[in-house]
Amino acid sequence: MSNLATNDDPRDNLFLVAMKSPSFVIGLILTLMFSTGAVVSFFWTPFDVTVLDIANKLKGPSDIHWFGTDHFGRDMFSMILVGARTSIAVAFIAVGIGMVIGVPLGLAAAAKTGSMIDELIMRTNDLVLAFPALLIAILITAVYGASATNAIIAIGIFNIPVFARLTRGAALSLWTREFVLAARVAGKGATRISVEHILPNILNLLIVQSTIQFSLGILAEAGLSYVGLGVQPPLPSWGRMLADAQTMISFAPHMALLPGMAIILTVLGLNLMGDGLRDVFDPKLRRNRT
Amino acid sequence: MLVFILKRMISLLLTLVAASVVIFFVIEVVPGDPASFMMGFEASEEAIEALREQLGLNAPLWERYISWISGLLQGDFGTSYTYKVPISDLIGDRIWISLPLAFYALALSMLIAFPVGVIAAAKRNSAADVSIMGATQLGIAIPNFWFAMILVLFFAIQNHWFSAGGFPGWDDGFWVGMKGLTLPAISLALPQASILARVMRSSLLDTLDEDYVRTARAKGLSRRQALWRHALRNAMIPVLTIIGLQFSFLMAGSVIIEKVFFLPGIGSLVFLGITQRDLIVVKSVVMLLVFAVILVTFLVDIAYAFVDPRLRKGR
Amino acid sequence: MSLLTIKDLSLKIGDAEILEDVDLSVDAGEILGIIGESGSGKSMTALSIMQLLPSGSTSAGSIRLDGEELLDRNEKQMCALRGNDIGMIFQEPMTALNPVKTIGDQVAETILIHGSASRGEAREIAQQTLERVELPADKFPMGRYPHELSGGQRQRVVIAMAIALRPRLLIADEPTTALDVTTQAQILTLLKKLVDEDGMGLILITHDLAVVADLADHIAIMQKGVVVEAGETLSVFRHMQHPYSKTLFSASNHVPKRAANRTIDRDDIVLRVNGVVRDYPGQRVSLFKKPEAFRAVDNVSFSIGRGENVGLVGESGCGKSTLTRSILGLNPIQGGEIDLFGQPVNTDMPNSLRAGIQVVFQDPYGSFNPRWKVDRLVSEPFYLMGSFPKDTHQRVAKALVEVGMEEADMDKYIHEFSGGQRQRIAIARALILEPDLIVLDEAVSALDVSIRAQILDLLAELSDRLGLSYLFISHDLGVVRAITDRVLVMRDGVIVEEGDSQDVFNNPQHEYTKALLGAAPDIEQALAARESAKN
Repeated sequence: MSNLATNDDPRDNLFLVAMKSPSFVIGLILTLMFSTGAVVSFFWTPFDVTVLDIANKLKGPSDIHWFGTDHFGRDMFSMILVGARTSIAVAFIAVGIGMVIGVPLGLAAAAKTGSMIDELIMRTNDLVLAFPALLIAILITAVYGASATNAIIAIGIFNIPVFARLTRGAALSLWTREFVLAARVAGKGATRISVEHILPNILNLLIVQSTIQFSLGILAEAGLSYVGLGVQPPLPSWGRMLADAQTMISFAPHMALLPGMAIILTVLGLNLMGDGLRDVFDPKLRRNRT
Repeated sequence: MLVFILKRMISLLLTLVAASVVIFFVIEVVPGDPASFMMGFEASEEAIEALREQLGLNAPLWERYISWISGLLQGDFGTSYTYKVPISDLIGDRIWISLPLAFYALALSMLIAFPVGVIAAAKRNSAADVSIMGATQLGIAIPNFWFAMILVLFFAIQNHWFSAGGFPGWDDGFWVGMKGLTLPAISLALPQASILARVMRSSLLDTLDEDYVRTARAKGLSRRQALWRHALRNAMIPVLTIIGLQFSFLMAGSVIIEKVFFLPGIGSLVFLGITQRDLIVVKSVVMLLVFAVILVTFLVDIAYAFVDPRLRKGR
Repeated sequence: MSLLTIKDLSLKIGDAEILEDVDLSVDAGEILGIIGESGSGKSMTALSIMQLLPSGSTSAGSIRLDGEELLDRNEKQMCALRGNDIGMIFQEPMTALNPVKTIGDQVAETILIHGSASRGEAREIAQQTLERVELPADKFPMGRYPHELSGGQRQRVVIAMAIALRPRLLIADEPTTALDVTTQAQILTLLKKLVDEDGMGLILITHDLAVVADLADHIAIMQKGVVVEAGETLSVFRHMQHPYSKTLFSASNHVPKRAANRTIDRDDIVLRVNGVVRDYPGQRVSLFKKPEAFRAVDNVSFSIGRGENVGLVGESGCGKSTLTRSILGLNPIQGGEIDLFGQPVNTDMPNSLRAGIQVVFQDPYGSFNPRWKVDRLVSEPFYLMGSFPKDTHQRVAKALVEVGMEEADMDKYIHEFSGGQRQRIAIARALILEPDLIVLDEAVSALDVSIRAQILDLLAELSDRLGLSYLFISHDLGVVRAITDRVLVMRDGVIVEEGDSQDVFNNPQHEYTKALLGAAPDIEQALAARESAKN
């Protein structure tokens, strides 16, 4: 993995190179589609998702209700738009927590490898990883109340060791490189070297990992909301829409299929984008292609 | 080798102790008063005080921790507040659903992932590789509880081949029980198999690039022989790591899957504990699950040493 | 008829022309040396014979083994041939063996895969072959794993795998480049012995003229995919025709010219190292024993005067890199003292003191942050001054010009430069603060010989003109001899010999120095020996 941090051309417009990778393009389109939907939902949805319309409940897809209606007669399309907002927000903040805390911890551990700080950080990491992530997320939201905030914290906590580990591993291999020795000869301290030399060279790796953690976050949020421990009513979320759909699956399968597809396509989009980026960032793969 | 195992055992014990402290704190200390949490808002002062007495909450923290741990060590998980029965009894029945389910799912995952991953790596960039990679990408994206619902819709509601939920028990024979766990196991295994297949492929591709594979080819081994005899065993090291992690995912994933299929397993016990605010059940069952995960991590570490002789010398 | 005849061999990988009309031949019992710098196509020639080329390769021409055309053979037929009729040895012994299989199994596999013997017999043969490569069973049982062996021992295992079936042809691609000079000598002697015993043909691929001058019967010199000169070893060396061969020859013996008015002031001491000790915490081998500390540097003392170029030679693991780190104030020492201009060197030394000592590292590719431009890379040491001077740009430009680069190179990223150019930029970075002492840590070891000669000239010129002192660390005795005034020979953390470079090299006193010099291949000696054998 550390070969992501090698002598690739920093001037290459990575976006343009990435656009040559089909998986990146498909992933980007899917991701843009759902994030646009999420943004649009702030200003406009075809129907108000808080208004119940029992007369029109459980309708299949039609001209008026593109994706049909649920058991309260709410417009499924509007709910999926608003649900996108929830999913993306929760996963985005959770990844942010993981990066903001995990990356500095990983950098610190690598800078002082073998020291007490390194041991402490890595053992704490191991400890967090010993807990099945979703189980503890369930536990946290259960003990401290089910809410979007607690869901974000619960998912975010498990992103910390992921980023810390990744950062430490990649940073360790950079610390042995001679340009870091040269910086030490130039009198630079560990913090300055971490910021000036290490971080820019592992950024690619972090971007790829964050798309993966982002998609895992969306899955985790859906799971938590499905068991009723995520986002609370009246705010719609894809996971809760699925929970509602379960008892009605035999006569209203669209209620299960459509939110499910929304989750799958969002996660797929993020993963494909991550894959495409990895190909672009990895000079080993890039060489093979040209 | 002995030094290696001893070292791992020590770290296993330390992790267990640390994990138990964390669980104890999260459940008993941070929420404030467990007794008032368990009784709910409407409970009277007297009732809460009575419960506090009953649970021994008036004792100092460290005493409560020690008594919990020493109970666990003797197989005493405490008594459920909701059901008024020993928790070990509750666990006893349920573990024979959750454990077989986890292993069933893990076996399925490996059974699918190994051949698929090896084929994709051996035929790199072929049509087979590209379609396998596409399929696994989709497999990772599918939430397992949604997949479970679709399986139920198709196999149980539309076609009645399987039951939609519940568990028939092991009394009617092994295969009846296995059949009851099949849909849950498939829905748990699908995303895990996809991940494992991808790891298998990329790890194998990495080892196929190694110098010793070239050396083997220079000895006269064909591409396929070099893959089987030299690359595969070396590629297993990262794959083992993922299998270990997957066990953890399967334990947690089963909490949700058991809910979809109305399976009375460990996961649903956690869930019951949470909805009934029965912190004693939650605390002990979570500890049990974490113990299982840490134990598997330990076993994976030992397995490394069998695969890689460099690790046997106590590092 | 020759054992192997290559005629008009051309190779393309994608659209890139790798080999063009290569003609070579090897007789049984004969050693052919193929010499070339990186990118000359020498390794690709070897892989063409084995038909183990990267995907996307197309070859044309003819490769005949005992008259049989190899290029017409399909993959299955080639598998039957590889390991059985042609064996091959690679450069990197540390990674050439499968880490999870025992050495016995790996040698026996060569025999089993060709169905030449039963399992029991194969192990028998494997054992005998390991004895032939001087890995006796009592010291190196077949159950050993590769990680339990040293680099030289692993290379012997690789050789055993290649010769287990007594192939007609053996190809060795830089078999000793990754090894220390004394190990190199042993491996080369072993190869020669095996060729004589089995009467096989050997193709020895190397960048080192001295190695082939000593060993090869015929040589071929390659440049950019073309054989520029080939023939009987002595006559090629004595009557070189092609300009490239001549450049290569003179570069590999190159001694930079020093200025006549050079001043060395041994009394004006720049660096003093006194009784330095550096320990590493050891590894725990048993639960009940305390880990023993490993002493990497043991009571080392020396000093460097103004303008003096001092060499520090030793094989890998002798402690020279560890010592360097301590001299640069990067690692603490456990005993003795180091001082620079009379001020103590340690990990907390003030930046103003650090400014007096700069360094050039070995790896031209790893020495620079790939995301910075040259301007920023070269000016990095200004950090030691507390603030960047106003004329930073001009000073970077001056340093670049000083090392033979151009001012305009400032705005480029490092990947736009070749290895030699990068090493010039590394020297510019070391010069920018106008230090008194530069530590050159294997600074020319990764370079091709012709580039190495240019960099040595540059270093000599800079030292002469600017009165720079050097601590020149290298495993390469020839290079140290060429550029230093005084030399220190280090082994196992101890300086075993110290003295004027010419004296030490011409008249070594310590056994170890003698062994090192004896093991180092020398073109002139080898050619002289050939000539006297002829007469």
